[in-house]
Amino acid sequence: MSFTAGDSATKISAGNAITPEDIIAAGAKAPEDVATYAMYLGDDALMLAQRLGHWISRAPEMEEDVALANIAQDQLGHARFLLSYAGSAWDQTEDDLAYFRTEEQFRSCRLVEQENGDFGQTIARQLIFSLYQYELFTRLMDSADETLASVAAKAVKEVTYHVDHAAQWTLRLGDGTDESHRRMQEGLYYMWPYVDELFNDDDLLRDLSERGIAVLPSTLRESFDARIEPILEQATLTVPDVPGAWGGDRSGNFSEHRGHILAEMQVLARQFPQGVTW
Amino acid sequence: MTESLNASWPLWEVFVRSSRGLSHVHAGSLHAPDATMALRNARDLYTRRNEGTSVWVMPSDSISSSDPDSKGGFFESPQGKDFRHATYYTKSEGVKHL
Repeated sequence: MSFTAGDSATKISAGNAITPEDIIAAGAKAPEDVATYAMYLGDDALMLAQRLGHWISRAPEMEEDVALANIAQDQLGHARFLLSYAGSAWDQTEDDLAYFRTEEQFRSCRLVEQENGDFGQTIARQLIFSLYQYELFTRLMDSADETLASVAAKAVKEVTYHVDHAAQWTLRLGDGTDESHRRMQEGLYYMWPYVDELFNDDDLLRDLSERGIAVLPSTLRESFDARIEPILEQATLTVPDVPGAWGGDRSGNFSEHRGHILAEMQVLARQFPQGVTW
Repeated sequence: MTESLNASWPLWEVFVRSSRGLSHVHAGSLHAPDATMALRNARDLYTRRNEGTSVWVMPSDSISSSDPDSKGGFFESPQGKDFRHATYYTKSEGVKHL
């Protein structure tokens, strides 16, 4: 048995979890179809990180400011892993993919692109997406692709907390005051049309899941419903009876917000492609 | 944010144990609506750099503390009572690091 800095009783270290740099250093090179799948997942995480980051200095309490920022950092971490790995297929870096792709080249789902709205609306998005991501990563840990499996194994611990955070707030807002109940229910109503597309399959996903690499999204729906329904019920909220939004193929063709998010996220990198300091 | 909202979130004291075998140490305080959320806020605020393996929270108003104005009677009386320290023993030969 050997001891590392992480075992010290008194010294605080960053721990020894894998980093995106480890993946590149290990020489992992994603096949193109796996890279596209990693881009689906990585773009979801990146867009959500960008949205959640907007809460910094705007949350209802300072403590909640930090909580949402922590979750945003976790998501940004997932994005770094997944986009680093995706980029390896085309000799591109995570930054190439994050900052220099156009709106049409992103593959995020629309749920994570939706506006923050008030705190209730953000918590509605967090509850839906965290539960979906938890089911996804739990299964992706068994992926035949070793890199995806190790990223999922790290991410699932973080997402477990995101689920808890969103569920705790859903209970408090839903079963709180009349005003908090109204806002939480409206938040769910706003987000619900984008739930179905999380579970859409396509040819790429079908092919990769047959080879044990990807998780077929449609197979996650049952466990998602089984997890979210009791939380909403306990919070005295109802599942909104609304049709799914039209489109939902991750192409960006039907995305209202993607371009606006990218404009803000990419402007500095595009204006100073050689980098800038100040 | 209204003042009444602020007033409705009580203050909690946070104690973090950094490692197995050590004690929980007071790390600071935070606001939270209830104990469950206080634990989560404590996790987010005080263990975000890998500082902890266990966290306690307790309502600040449930702590009884010594009166800063009675420092003399409380804490200065042991001064000069060096018979309470183990300083009169002679070291045995061959015992290192004492």
